[in-house]
Amino acid sequence: MTVPLLEIQDVSAFYGNIQALKGVSLDVNRGEIVTLIGANGAGKSTLMMTVFGSPRARDGEILFEGKPITQLSTHAIARLRIAQSPEGRRIFQRMTVLENLQMGASVDGSAHFEEDLARVTQLFPRLRERLTQRGGTLSGGEQQMLAIARALMSRPKLTLGELNRQGMTIFLVEQNAFHALKLAHRAYVMVNGVITMSGSGRELLARPEIRQAYLEGGRH
Amino acid sequence: MGAPADALKKALIAGLVTLGLCFPIVALRTDANFSNQLVLTPRWGLTFTLAAIAAVGVFLISLLRPAGFERATPKRALDTAPPHPFFRYLPRIGLVLLLAYPFLALAISASGGPGLLKLVDTYGIQILIYVLLGLGLNIILGLAGLLDLGFVAFYAVGAYSSALLTTTFGLSFWIVLPLAGILAAFWGVMISLPVLRLKGDYIAIVTLAFAEIVRLVLVNWVPVTGGYAGISSIPKPTLLGLSLGPEPGSLTSLLGIPFSPFYRLAFMYYLVLALALAAYWATLRLRTLPVGRAWEAMREDEIACRSLGINTVATKVSAFAAGAFFGGIAGAFFSAHYGFISPKSFEFLESAMIVAIVVLGGLGSMIGVVIAATVMVGGTELLRELGVLKAVFGPDFDPAQYRMLLFGLAMVMLMVWRPKGLIATREPTVRLKPQPTRGAPAVSAGE
Repeated sequence: MTVPLLEIQDVSAFYGNIQALKGVSLDVNRGEIVTLIGANGAGKSTLMMTVFGSPRARDGEILFEGKPITQLSTHAIARLRIAQSPEGRRIFQRMTVLENLQMGASVDGSAHFEEDLARVTQLFPRLRERLTQRGGTLSGGEQQMLAIARALMSRPKLTLGELNRQGMTIFLVEQNAFHALKLAHRAYVMVNGVITMSGSGRELLARPEIRQAYLEGGRH
Repeated sequence: MGAPADALKKALIAGLVTLGLCFPIVALRTDANFSNQLVLTPRWGLTFTLAAIAAVGVFLISLLRPAGFERATPKRALDTAPPHPFFRYLPRIGLVLLLAYPFLALAISASGGPGLLKLVDTYGIQILIYVLLGLGLNIILGLAGLLDLGFVAFYAVGAYSSALLTTTFGLSFWIVLPLAGILAAFWGVMISLPVLRLKGDYIAIVTLAFAEIVRLVLVNWVPVTGGYAGISSIPKPTLLGLSLGPEPGSLTSLLGIPFSPFYRLAFMYYLVLALALAAYWATLRLRTLPVGRAWEAMREDEIACRSLGINTVATKVSAFAAGAFFGGIAGAFFSAHYGFISPKSFEFLESAMIVAIVVLGGLGSMIGVVIAATVMVGGTELLRELGVLKAVFGPDFDPAQYRMLLFGLAMVMLMVWRPKGLIATREPTVRLKPQPTRGAPAVSAGE
């Protein structure tokens, strides 16, 4: 069997004294969409940020393409071509859409810039119309598009975040469980910093406890 | 809102408030006579004049601007509006004026205006030194968003290192100038190291402390820095190895023209103008490079920056180094121009002045820095001389004493009307080559 693209082994992370992740193990293979579902505060976003070394995993190991990245700094991890489309979007408000995309291509340099720009603006035609506009003047949805487009500009091998796109490894952190499970090849369920269940998206969708906790429960 | 009755009410309130405020401060002048007794001089005329000014001012403001101060935040959705033609030609007009300024000053002073030294030195060279300092801090505070309250430290490092190198080793100004910049940049790197882990206000405290350390070292390291006595008789810069002084062998004596202090003054003016223009151009270039873009992105969102693979440590260090370099250059020029430096020139007030220039100019805006430096430095000097105020406040009103007060008032007003500084819009660093028309497939050629 080949080495998984991302391997999270028994990782624990803390915010001060509060343990946010309690021995989480998870792996993502090449070309796979893996989703992580869980309630607010279950530790989904923390796990995503822990992959980026902030907060750093106190125990356990994170491997990317078989090599440990647990001790690397955030920007060094990003240079391995792991991208994220973070929570709260975090676009550069006073910079134009084009400048935001240039920042996204920092890892890649300017080698493929024109080509990648054409690619992401084809994906999000709305951004093409707004290239010269400041990021902060975009609507919420457009800012989300920009955050995703910016992540894609680095030609990532692995993308973390709320996005879906074929032919790319994506590790999806999702509140909308039904949507996420339908999209994903595999899924993990997280409760209070612990992975409680895993399986294929379809499998988990069929489980009664999942339906009750994350699907029907959320409909009220 | 905006009705005359409403405005009148506001004006009345403002007048009464001013009266109340002025009563303890202005209305009674306290003096000691020869036998050291307290003499109270009532100044009711002045008090009522001030109250009347406040009332009339508020009345006019609320009448002319219906929404009053609430319109303070401009709603500018689009950056794409083409600039007014006046602004398009402004840089060229400004450059010509700057180049012609010493000769304009010569003409003004010849036709009975203020002295040449005052015009070229105070209103020319001094402002340009602050422009240079402002451009330096603009990189650290305006672009990279690191609140440095101790920028004067780099100014001091540049001034003292160039002064010491020229007086002790007899090095030429032209060798010392880049060295001073490099030494200041070195200290910029040094101070950026403890700052790396800090955010916002804490950076301000550390840099403030750093500037104070530098100043105390200058005061107390008497064998090297001369303490409060400072360093004097720093040699003036030369032009191609020739001095511009009155002594034999100088440029003027070689050319056979009689010596005039104007030549040296004009030379120094053009020198600092060249330095300021170079700093301006360098900042313009830096902004379009990846490092400059990283500075601005870091100001916007440091975490997002890191997760896009930007090394924020290197970004901060480079911002401090580049900003400090300009500060050091300004310091070297300052010491060479005035020929004398002492710790008095490098106190916190200077840092505050430079921060005010960058903030008032609009964080990150270079043209804003230039305008703010002109207004702040030129304005305070101008206020010294305004005889007009005497007509308003009576013959014993000395504008020189009140200039800081008036100046503070002007700054408060400016911040109320333009809270984001004079030039609030940020100039994008890249423009699309083919301007995309709405919905037209301008970029789709690469698909």
